[in-house]
Amino acid sequence: MRDFPLFPEQASTFAGPVDALYWTLVGLSLIFGGVLPFIILYLMVRYHRSQKADRTNQVHSSLPLELTWTVIPLVLVLAVFFWGAFLYIEIRNPPDRSLEIYVIGKQWMWHVQHPNGKRENNELHVPIGQPVRLVMTSQDVIHSFYIPAFRVKQDVLPGRYTTMWFEATEPGEYHLFCAEYCGTEHSLMVGRVVAMRMADYERWLTTPGEIILPDGSTGGAVASPLVGAIGDPMVLAGSQLFATGLGCASCHRNDGLGIGPNLEGIYGTEVRLDNGELVFADENYLRESILNPAAKVATGYANVMPTYDGQVSEDQMNQLLAYLKSLGAADAE
Amino acid sequence: MATTALPGHNYLQDDASTVGAWFKSWFLTVDHKRIALLYLLSINVFFLLGGLAATVIRVELITPQGDLLSADLYNRAFTLHGIIMVFFFLIPGTPAVLGNFLVPLMIGARDMAFPRLNLFSWYLYMAGGLFALTAAIFGGVDTGWTFYTPFSSTYANSNVILTIAGAFIMGFSSIATGVNFIVTIHTMRAPGMTWFRLPLFIWSSYATSLIIVLATPVVGITLLLVAIERIWGVGIFDPALGGDPLLFQHLFWFYSHPAVYIMILPGFGVISELIAAFSRKRVFGYEFIAFSSMAIALLGFLVWGHHMFVSGQSVYAGLVFSFLTMLVAIPSAIKIFNWTATLYKGSISYRTPMLYALGFMGLFVIGGLTGIFLGIVAIDIHVTDTYFVVAHFHYVMVGGAIMAYLGGIHYWWPKMTGRMYSEVWGGISALIIFVGFNMTFFPQFVVGYLGMPRRYHVYPEEFQVLHVLSSAGATILAIGFIIPIIYLTLSLWTGKEAGNNPWDATGLEWQVSSPPPTHNFLEIPVVTTEAYAYAPDAAEQDAANWRPGSPL
Amino acid sequence: MRRGREAHPPASRIPHPAARILVSKEKILATTTTTTSPHGHADHGHAAHGPELQHHFCTPAQQKEAATLGMWVFLVTEVMLFGGIFMAYAVYRWAFPEVWAEAAYHLNTPLGTINTVVLLVSSLTVALAVSAAEAGKRTRVIQLLLVTMVLGVAFLGLKAYEYSEKFSHCAGYSTPAQWVGGGEQHAVYECLVPGQAFLFPADKTTGVSNAPTVAGQGTPYQLFFFLYFVATSLHAVHMLIGLTIMGYLAFITWRGVITPTYFTPIEIGGLYWHLIDIVWVFLFPLFYLVH
Repeated sequence: MRDFPLFPEQASTFAGPVDALYWTLVGLSLIFGGVLPFIILYLMVRYHRSQKADRTNQVHSSLPLELTWTVIPLVLVLAVFFWGAFLYIEIRNPPDRSLEIYVIGKQWMWHVQHPNGKRENNELHVPIGQPVRLVMTSQDVIHSFYIPAFRVKQDVLPGRYTTMWFEATEPGEYHLFCAEYCGTEHSLMVGRVVAMRMADYERWLTTPGEIILPDGSTGGAVASPLVGAIGDPMVLAGSQLFATGLGCASCHRNDGLGIGPNLEGIYGTEVRLDNGELVFADENYLRESILNPAAKVATGYANVMPTYDGQVSEDQMNQLLAYLKSLGAADAE
Repeated sequence: MATTALPGHNYLQDDASTVGAWFKSWFLTVDHKRIALLYLLSINVFFLLGGLAATVIRVELITPQGDLLSADLYNRAFTLHGIIMVFFFLIPGTPAVLGNFLVPLMIGARDMAFPRLNLFSWYLYMAGGLFALTAAIFGGVDTGWTFYTPFSSTYANSNVILTIAGAFIMGFSSIATGVNFIVTIHTMRAPGMTWFRLPLFIWSSYATSLIIVLATPVVGITLLLVAIERIWGVGIFDPALGGDPLLFQHLFWFYSHPAVYIMILPGFGVISELIAAFSRKRVFGYEFIAFSSMAIALLGFLVWGHHMFVSGQSVYAGLVFSFLTMLVAIPSAIKIFNWTATLYKGSISYRTPMLYALGFMGLFVIGGLTGIFLGIVAIDIHVTDTYFVVAHFHYVMVGGAIMAYLGGIHYWWPKMTGRMYSEVWGGISALIIFVGFNMTFFPQFVVGYLGMPRRYHVYPEEFQVLHVLSSAGATILAIGFIIPIIYLTLSLWTGKEAGNNPWDATGLEWQVSSPPPTHNFLEIPVVTTEAYAYAPDAAEQDAANWRPGSPL
Repeated sequence: MRRGREAHPPASRIPHPAARILVSKEKILATTTTTTSPHGHADHGHAAHGPELQHHFCTPAQQKEAATLGMWVFLVTEVMLFGGIFMAYAVYRWAFPEVWAEAAYHLNTPLGTINTVVLLVSSLTVALAVSAAEAGKRTRVIQLLLVTMVLGVAFLGLKAYEYSEKFSHCAGYSTPAQWVGGGEQHAVYECLVPGQAFLFPADKTTGVSNAPTVAGQGTPYQLFFFLYFVATSLHAVHMLIGLTIMGYLAFITWRGVITPTYFTPIEIGGLYWHLIDIVWVFLFPLFYLVH
């Protein structure tokens, strides 16, 4: 019989802290869940009707006792709550300068594009020792991106971006699962995560592999003239869409004289809307402004932008976002 | 005790001379006790159907390949299992069977406040069940019992509408029962039956009814909106229509989390009754158990977001829901501690209902503690939507709700039928269920923490050992569930005559004959004592009277 | 073994209303623990109370309390039913406040106002019917219930007109009359019925400076109209149920079931009608008056 594990591998920076909290809870549970049954068993035997025991002076309620077993569990659960809360906040807040990789879920596969344009299906190659931030969306139903060895999971929703981050620590191959039921082949929407040393990752990135089209299909494609079979870097593809493909640049001019606002450096800043509110310009704001421009209009600009709903594929949206973010990064330097 | 004749003139007796009259006397009855029996039969049929689906699932999962069922069939099997067990067994289970039978008897009333509404609720239940079964027969449904959008509203191509109609109609049945319980408990209590003299089963039924009344309409309208979106392609959940798929989850869990307490709260009530009766003393901390039921009902409405920690809700929402979830642990812990304290200085007998009650306590502790794991977001991120969750809610639903249901059925069986069941077989099957249950679901905690996602029909090979263990346990569990059906049925003919109060318990229901007369009480009793009015020396006396050969 | 209970016997019993004979404690213990005596219920007379008292209640007051509480609890479930829609409304209005303000301009506010008045008056007539029932004025009760029904039908009529207006615009006609009669078509410029054809117009008449461009399916505008149609049609279904109840109440009043001592059906039927009105009182400002 092949060997079988009873505990998952620890392969990210989260694995240790999450498991520590888990084992603490297991320990506390054993105190309650392990000792209490023995107390019950003892009482069952000690006070069985066949046993001679002192049954006089029965007590039917006791405030001190009630308070004891109210307060002690309360203190304990609050302690583990705060422990878990701080860990959760860390899990939800990616460090700056994370490597961003774009993920699209669809029935029933994962499609991944790296910044340099390299695409892969049902696999995710990541470097170790480097925070990686996944920007994920779905083309159809809700999926969930789950890497047990990293202790991370995030639902992937249609119509918006969700993100998650991790830092792999051990090179190796790990399971990738879809954890949210998504239809017939839900259990086949699995793959592997390959964690590799940075140098190996960089070599892998620049090695042309199988040609994968933006819709995830393989084979029979004409290689991009620029970087061979790897495809255009996402920023470059995005800039082409911005300048000519969708014609964004004719209104969103970088000299501030256009009909629409100048988008340089907009990512990650706060934008004031025409109703006076401030919104944070994250991926979801930029996405909504492209697909549903009237929803949140920047102050000082007329609500004249037509919707691009149905004209931009999820793949192109990712490239546009990569481009818009690169504009911000250029400013910062 | 050679006689097998039951006392004359009870609710089971028929004066019907023709088959038609007999049918009418059962299917048009407004007697809460007969309605409870109608529910008992129909709910157990649904339990067997749901169990059949579970069997299919466990057999498929013995091997990591999808060799027995196609992916589509597997998805339909677990959806059927979930829908039947949740909507047609667990939610109506204890309230509609034991609640219907006991609430009027326990509070000293002749019937429910609205007897015809009570009968109507059974017909609604059957109609809902018919819709769900029709959907299953004509191809089934593959959305999972949670009906997540936009999969259910746009992408699934199975009988979603029929199934939703079934759940929707069943919701009205629940509401009718809930309204009936609330009004009955408020207005029909016998003179002297003050709130703090009520049996704890009544308190928990009351708390359950409040949840039913407040939460069920919300899932009703939510499912209606899904159906509209599916039929006409217009709606508010599909992002392609400008909607928000998370809104569905919020509305759905606003009902479905409290629904968990609809399933378990009546079980708490049953356990309180059993522990008091078989320890021969008053329940410890009566007020605390009563109010903890109300606290659970209230908190149950504030924690729905803990089903959505990885759905994309904000960090703040996650923290608030996690915090509130921690608080639910407290009233649950209070109950367990009070029950344990009740055993102290009692005179405990190991009759079948007590075995179920003790099993309940052990399993519910595990179910509750793993609930704390899941309530802590950092751990939930890893284990949500895995077998860890599956194991957790089976410990609460099967280990909790079903153990309590079975314990209650055994405890009140003599009252319902006038006959005793076989104690030997009762004890054997309780032990088989306890062992089989742990063997089925404990390995699922391990495989869940390893990362095995739920609703997977094909899985990595290294998980196989644990799955095989689980399937083997399920076989034992299935045997444990089948034995009671056999000996309980046989007891109707061969069982000893039970007498009015075979357990020598307190409570109004034990003061009428077994089976009770049609209108329960010829004269409405005036209550002067609390629910668990065992004499101070009742436990002592009981132990003193024990001789070798008396029941253990 | 089975002695324990004797230590705490119930002190006394209240007899069934059908058999108001006081009995001693000893006798009661005997009668409750044995069931040899026939129930004797089928042949009990209705001398002690009216024919409306059902067998399982002790007193008419208890029966009335149960019926009234039952209706209140049921009304709570109704509030929660609409609560689901209000929740969705709140979420989307919070997400798209401007869309909501613009969309509300396209509802027929004058008709909505008239309907509000119609319903409020009908609530008054129901309340008057209850007090007339209490005073035993049978004809008056029937009259008031019929007036209530007429008002209810008028409300539904106006609502139907509003709906058909929206549908006729989708079909390319400006009024429902032209839609039915096949009058002259004008260019399609709006369709406020959610669906494939949904088209929110670039309306320059609203006075909103940043009137949006034409927006189709998949925009938040559709959410507003979807919620409008669902909420108002769910309300209309409740109106239909309410009308049936009013008709039934008028019928049983005519048959003489309602008396000054027994008018619970009118009271709880009235409660239901008031609830429908209150729901509308919330729906009206939330949909028509948000701009």
